[in-house]
Amino acid sequence: MTRGATRTFWLFVGPFAAGLLLFTYLPIGWSAYLSLFDARNTVTPTDFTGFDNYRDILTDRAFLDSIGTFTLFAVFIIPTTVVLALVLALLVNQIRFARAFFQSVFFLPFACSYVVASLVWKMSLFSGVDSGVVNTVLGWFGGSPRAWIGTVDPPLYWVVLVTARLWLQLGFYMILLIAALRRIPRYHYEAAAIDGATPWQSFRHVTLPGLRGALIAVLTLNLINAYQAFDEFYNILGDSRGYPPFARPPLVYLYYTSLGSGGQDLGRGSAGAVILALVIALATLLSGRVFRRAR
Amino acid sequence: MRSTLRWIALIIAAVVFLVPFFVLVRDGVATGWSTVEEVFTDSDLSFARSLLNSTIVAVLQTVGQIVLCSLAGYGLARIPYRHAPVVLYAIVATLMVPTAVTFVPSFVVVSSLGWLSDFRGLVVPGLFSALNVFLFRQYFLDFPVALEEAGRLDGLSAWGTYWRIVIPNSTGFLAAIAVIDFIGSWNQFLWPLLIAQDSSTWTVQVALSNLLTAQNPQPTLLFAAAAVSLLPIVLLFIIAQRYLVRGVTDMDNSAPLTGPGGPHPIPGGGPGASLPAGGRGEGVV
Repeated sequence: MTRGATRTFWLFVGPFAAGLLLFTYLPIGWSAYLSLFDARNTVTPTDFTGFDNYRDILTDRAFLDSIGTFTLFAVFIIPTTVVLALVLALLVNQIRFARAFFQSVFFLPFACSYVVASLVWKMSLFSGVDSGVVNTVLGWFGGSPRAWIGTVDPPLYWVVLVTARLWLQLGFYMILLIAALRRIPRYHYEAAAIDGATPWQSFRHVTLPGLRGALIAVLTLNLINAYQAFDEFYNILGDSRGYPPFARPPLVYLYYTSLGSGGQDLGRGSAGAVILALVIALATLLSGRVFRRAR
Repeated sequence: MRSTLRWIALIIAAVVFLVPFFVLVRDGVATGWSTVEEVFTDSDLSFARSLLNSTIVAVLQTVGQIVLCSLAGYGLARIPYRHAPVVLYAIVATLMVPTAVTFVPSFVVVSSLGWLSDFRGLVVPGLFSALNVFLFRQYFLDFPVALEEAGRLDGLSAWGTYWRIVIPNSTGFLAAIAVIDFIGSWNQFLWPLLIAQDSSTWTVQVALSNLLTAQNPQPTLLFAAAAVSLLPIVLLFIIAQRYLVRGVTDMDNSAPLTGPGGPHPIPGGGPGASLPAGGRGEGVV
């Protein structure tokens, strides 16, 4: 029986497990290995250099800047996403008429790729010309047109990057929050009403605690996603001349270091990947701790 | 009063959300059918080719992910193997490693297999989604055991039960995962950017990106091409929205990492990201 079960189990799980070993575990191991070698333009290096790659990358201004860029991005994107997704979820959840319509409209950008969104944001909405959509709207209110993507001081390009991502992902998080709102038992609200709670009080003491888990999920997913931002940075800020020296999040940095048209320094890229993996693991663990404390 | 404010807010938000779609239609498609024709006939673009490539990659990835991940999920949920918990742990642990951070080493593996500018390189590494396996396992744990026992009484093996009883009774869940996987695969960018170095293997996202970052991007052509690339997914979204919402909600309910609510495939994510990756990325999400 046990032997039969073992065979049956691997019949089901074996193909997937083999692929996971080859395309996830092997790359992680290989990466750790490469990071200890001088692996410029080769995947089978022979020149062992110990922790030199780590030392180089940790003293590379551009790498540290990329962590700073990510941090700044996270500071912009995470609070706005959480608050706006919550507002949309509450608005959609409270109406009776045309609820499905509004839910679809807000969720529809989920179907759109980051590349297409970047294209619309760059060529139309935030194009620097006077007829750009945002500049036109600014004009209605007496504002003067701006070069959104090209303005570095103040860094207006952040407005472009943050709004693109908001548009793409708010609907997804709204759906998660609506599902969580529907799981809050109705009698909790009835009990609050009997106790004479104002709408604000019932939001504060019934809705928010009921959404706690979902809000933590939105926050964590958002953080992990922001950490991996690449598509909109590459497509909005990059052009035929390459990528500007600023606003490079970690993946853009890694892309140009290890695989870009310059030199392919896989050892250094691997060291960067290992460091980034450690940072995100630490951040996930810490945020879990903090939220468990806060309960 | 409150209700009026709510409606004003909703309508303004809806208009803002629809503006980008409006722009695509106005500046791309509405400039005339000849623009759309030019998108397909311009030989420098090889846009038709990239649409075909994206279709091939998305179909193969969706089917492959569903088959591999549902098999694994069923095995983990139902076959009483002593070390199953360890295997499950080894699979779920990979969710902690952000897929896009492993893109450099994955690229190394794929290039040493000789799979650059090759459909195998585009499709195969993305088939092994730990998140999908986790979701399938959760789903199969709740599958009615009585149905499976009826199959066993009819003399079916575990394999036979899976194909004849479990799968035909799970079409709703399979559709939910399939829609998310398909959208994620169609929209992914970083992985095909790395792998499809030769223009004959470009996916539609890579082709669009090349147009966008070219020396003198032509707006009309760009918008028309982007609209064409978006159309199949918007249609899929409209037809399958019910399944899509269900899939997203299931992700939230099952939660491997964060209590209620787990990681999602990143929209535009790297290999192994199942969706929406996100990134998202997508992924994931």
